[in-house]
Amino acid sequence: MSNKLTALRDWVDDRFPLMTLWNDHLAKYYAPKNFNFWYYFGALSLVVFVIQILTGIWLVMNYKPDATLAFGSVEYIMRDVDWGWLIRYMHSTGASMFFVVIYLHMMRALLYGSYKQPRELVWILGMCLYLALMAEAFMGYLLPWGQMSFWGAQVIISLFGAIPVIGGTLAEWIRGDYVVSDITLNRFFSLHVIALPFAIAGLVFLHIIALHEVGSNNPDGVEIKKKKDADGKPLDGIPFHPYYTVKDLVGLTVFLMIFSAVVFFGPEMGGYFLEANNFIPANPMSTPQHIAPVWYFTPYYSILRANTINFLWIDAKVWGVVFMGLGVLSFFFLPWLDRSPVKSIRYRGVLYKGALSIFVVCFLILGYLGLLPPTEGRTLVAQICTVTYFLFFLLMPIYTKLDKTKPVPERVTM
Amino acid sequence: MSDDAVDPRRRRFLTGTTVVIGGIGAAFTAVPFLSSFQPSAKAKAIGAPVEVDISKLEPGQRVVQKWRGKPVWVVRRTPEMLENLKSFDASALRDPKSEKSEQPEYAKNDWRSDKPEYLVLVGICTHLGCSPSFIPEAGAPEVGATWKGGFFCPCHGSKFDLAGRVFAGVPAPSNMVVPPYRFLTDTKLIVGEDKGAAA
Repeated sequence: MSNKLTALRDWVDDRFPLMTLWNDHLAKYYAPKNFNFWYYFGALSLVVFVIQILTGIWLVMNYKPDATLAFGSVEYIMRDVDWGWLIRYMHSTGASMFFVVIYLHMMRALLYGSYKQPRELVWILGMCLYLALMAEAFMGYLLPWGQMSFWGAQVIISLFGAIPVIGGTLAEWIRGDYVVSDITLNRFFSLHVIALPFAIAGLVFLHIIALHEVGSNNPDGVEIKKKKDADGKPLDGIPFHPYYTVKDLVGLTVFLMIFSAVVFFGPEMGGYFLEANNFIPANPMSTPQHIAPVWYFTPYYSILRANTINFLWIDAKVWGVVFMGLGVLSFFFLPWLDRSPVKSIRYRGVLYKGALSIFVVCFLILGYLGLLPPTEGRTLVAQICTVTYFLFFLLMPIYTKLDKTKPVPERVTM
Repeated sequence: MSDDAVDPRRRRFLTGTTVVIGGIGAAFTAVPFLSSFQPSAKAKAIGAPVEVDISKLEPGQRVVQKWRGKPVWVVRRTPEMLENLKSFDASALRDPKSEKSEQPEYAKNDWRSDKPEYLVLVGICTHLGCSPSFIPEAGAPEVGATWKGGFFCPCHGSKFDLAGRVFAGVPAPSNMVVPPYRFLTDTKLIVGEDKGAAA
């Protein structure tokens, strides 16, 4: 039996680089031996992507992208389709969990300097993935055609309307109508189920190829390729398979336990994963009393709202949109803003540690405020956090240069 | 064919022209795909004027009517409300004289309306398109003790007075839009056309 399987493998291998791919990316891809907890989230985001694709395919079988039918078809999936509720809750939970793992994955890069030379392209492709994921989540959120779907889309598309001169036409072009309508729903459906999943899959491929070209970073920020044994294998590297495939399986098991707990016991997560107002069909005549985006967009939403002052002859509205956009785009420039000679937080000085801590706290406060209705006091706090958020990026070339770093060891530590 | 038969200049020219011609072709091919995103003929057609019956509208109340997919409000203001409009500090409002806002000529006045009693507005916030809440009571708790009645946008906290004029220090840049309208009778008005032609 095993002889026949080997023969089959060899038959394929003669016609397709099966073993080359297997070795290059798994069996002989050497990853640093000191990966810790933070290194689970890349593999986990890939798993969530697969969950979203699979459940998405099944949801499309019963969903109707039509303004008069969409809301009802989602309820039909929830109540009348066998196990429809499970597939739908897996998809909605998957959306939030996708952002949980991506934010942790990005945090890892900030902790260990994974964006620094030579991994700039890995980082940029990752940020493109983050943007594509945001677009995918935003368009998917319109599809249930509830009140939050409708008004969320109305606000976000209006952001483009704030761009001087071309804004109004651009917003109309995106909606295909003067307001968010059936036409908008239909095209978002197409983009959500075809265009963006393809784009994400392509970017994931590029992200991994770029990573495997330069090799993985690690919690020490030491390049393992610099110390090789006689066979040319990194001394501090271990083959990804079986070492990290098995490690990631353990992480995956824990992750799926949490994932299942949410799906089965709290799929709405107290209104954070599925918002209460979205159980009311979309009504273009009335905005709900309190609207907030889903939690993963709230930091940027807070930045948008924090801009209430006209300056430099430009309306506060335009500044809000500009700063919201810059809030996301700033991440792209990290590899060039960071002038520190070391990568990992372990060997950085108090300045970077302090700056990163303040940044994370500000990001969380902005995220929390974005969930709440605006008051004068909250707007002031959001304004302070917005300024601090941007100072983290703007001052980075200065404080990373001044920072007192510790000597980096020759080899990785455990 | 040997190597010295290759003319690299000729090869570069052919590659260059192929790329340019192919690029132009691709650009033209993109036009229908991009244009198909624009509002369709059907979407454009649904823009006819609508009639609003205001015979049952009591002072201090509001009716909502759909026009071009957007909410249009008609508010019947009480004499008190009209009196309140004069009491604002000029600095409290961003555009008190409606100079940088959108309204027909006959609504570019202190009331922002044709007949002072009836306010007609497109019920969409000029910030990012939410529909503000109608809060006519003075000192309503959600908007503060100094509130004199008006509209409050729940999305980003913009505030407007009972003439749709925007307050200073909120995200919305201009006063709420007044659509073209005219009174057909004392109790009926039409939104989407005025004394001139249809808008």
